[in-house]
Amino acid sequence: MFKTISEKILSEHAQRDLKAGDIAVVNVDVIFAQDGTGPLTVTQMKKMGFEKVANSKKSIFFIDHAAPSPRKELSDAHKLLREFTQSSGAILSDINQGICHQIIAEKYACPGNIVIGADSHTCTAGALGAFATGMGSTDIAVGFALAKTWMLVPHTIKVNFNGVLNKGVFAKDLIIYLIGIIGADGATYRALEFSGEVSANLEMDDRFTISNMAVEAGAKVGLFCADEKTRKYLESQGRSECFKDIFPDNSAYYEQVIEVNCSEIEPMVCLPHTVDNTISVSKIDKIKVDQVLIGTCTNGRISDLRIAANILQGNEISKSVRLLIVPASRDVYLKAIEEGLIEIFVKAGATIINPGCGPCVGVHQGVLSDGEICLSTQNRNFKGRMGNPNAFIYLSSPATAAASAIKGYITDPREVLY
Amino acid sequence: MKFNNSNSNSKENFNKDNVIFNFNKNTGTENNGTEYTVTEDISTVETFSLNKNGDASILKGRVFKFGDDISTDLIAPGRYFHLRSNLPELAKHVLEDADPDFANKVKTGDFIAAGRNFGLGSSREHAPTIIKIAGIRAVLAQSFARIFFRNAINIGLVALICDTSKIDNLDILEIDLKQGHINNLTKNIQIQFNPLPDVMIKILNDGGLVNHITKYKGFNL
Repeated sequence: MFKTISEKILSEHAQRDLKAGDIAVVNVDVIFAQDGTGPLTVTQMKKMGFEKVANSKKSIFFIDHAAPSPRKELSDAHKLLREFTQSSGAILSDINQGICHQIIAEKYACPGNIVIGADSHTCTAGALGAFATGMGSTDIAVGFALAKTWMLVPHTIKVNFNGVLNKGVFAKDLIIYLIGIIGADGATYRALEFSGEVSANLEMDDRFTISNMAVEAGAKVGLFCADEKTRKYLESQGRSECFKDIFPDNSAYYEQVIEVNCSEIEPMVCLPHTVDNTISVSKIDKIKVDQVLIGTCTNGRISDLRIAANILQGNEISKSVRLLIVPASRDVYLKAIEEGLIEIFVKAGATIINPGCGPCVGVHQGVLSDGEICLSTQNRNFKGRMGNPNAFIYLSSPATAAASAIKGYITDPREVLY
Repeated sequence: MKFNNSNSNSKENFNKDNVIFNFNKNTGTENNGTEYTVTEDISTVETFSLNKNGDASILKGRVFKFGDDISTDLIAPGRYFHLRSNLPELAKHVLEDADPDFANKVKTGDFIAAGRNFGLGSSREHAPTIIKIAGIRAVLAQSFARIFFRNAINIGLVALICDTSKIDNLDILEIDLKQGHINNLTKNIQIQFNPLPDVMIKILNDGGLVNHITKYKGFNL
């Protein structure tokens, strides 16, 4: 039987041949929760009588969503997680480490793994060729306790990114464009498999951006092949031993094949309040922005910060704009310091926030006022997302965000890139 | 843009037949939901035990209607993040950003009916949980986002995929879980709903995933 990547990985973890539509209990390799979903996960584990995690080397609780804690209730939640990791054998990733999805990519997920996390953007690790998907606290509680879960093997939509990327067009623009075409439920319960020459040439940071947003089309997982780029990335993280080739079989069955000619894509934005409300930046009028956010699990990686720094270097941001920059992890932050990027940002007038989810969750660090507009590199622009239902969130690439911070309105990055 | 099995580029046409669970146990093909495949006694489910006439598989109540793309941010807003460890308090804000007065209006036994892609966004299980705490006994939608759907079943909240276009705000519905249909008593019409996968029926029958795992000391699906 010829298999998609999903069918291959799930079959291996169920120890029997599975095809799309089958349901099976599978072993899982990496399990995690964060401070928004972790306390409920702990409650559910205790209800089931589980005190210990089954796999202490790859069970992690992250404190990243409200880090450091902005209020007492969350301090109590953090304390609970710190204590539970001590008693259960799970790993604690505390407030100094950064965003769960970035650290899962840097330190834990391997090609061919099944990764489950109590966070919808768990699909980020699909970029490594891991079957990575988000679930709720109860599913993850069971995952921690048994290192197993049940899965419906998804049908797969293959997305062929071919052509060439125009100047000012980045991975973020590709995924925004795709979601604009298929819609916010266009891949619900499906796996997306990213293929084509553009996908093959994308660096890992860009692949993470694309896989991260698979869920914004409703997908269960967004998979790339594990290839030479993947191997080099893992090597750079000191994890070459976990590399293996992951490819679909040539004759695997795809429910749909979507051809995207990347040469036709311009820099994109998502308009409020849904991610599939997309348009080319060149087609919108001047939209004044109050706040710009560069960071998050979607675009807070070192290559994103380099792109932003390249645009911001020697410039000052508009006086009417607050520019927030949030490196995705401690490692990204250190690299940005070593490379002088942080100095460029501070000189340009940016406010640097510690690695974490920051303003994207709407808890702290940049909550918007009524009527304010934020252009963000995050993955969601739902009403209320950044803490205020009366504010407006637009989404873009780091290049568009940086250009817009300088100009004070949403700006085509081709105006500032040479 | 081109799709190998569609001649149309438009979003409406591209996925109009999309359903979340496009399989049934026999064929693995799309199921139009005309048959409900309950294989076990669903009346053991705690969630269903509130019906006054004693038949636990029939739910009766009034409906609150919502549109498409009701996100978990609308259901359980991020600005109440600190209330996630205090679910009864968080439930006072359920769906606040979609209907500011909803928490005051909703009564135990009511239903929600919505359009496409209900519960999209975050994995926060708090979203279906506070809907349940608020008294909602079933959520009906044209389609659900994957994680919300799974979470709802895990915590014992009935989530059914059906045509909600003929359900209006405050209609009175009778949901027959065994027969697989909904009687809209206000409009005097019957609406079929898609069968749940067997594993989900089993989890619901056991009273949610926590009870299932406790009962069998692991998965028994």
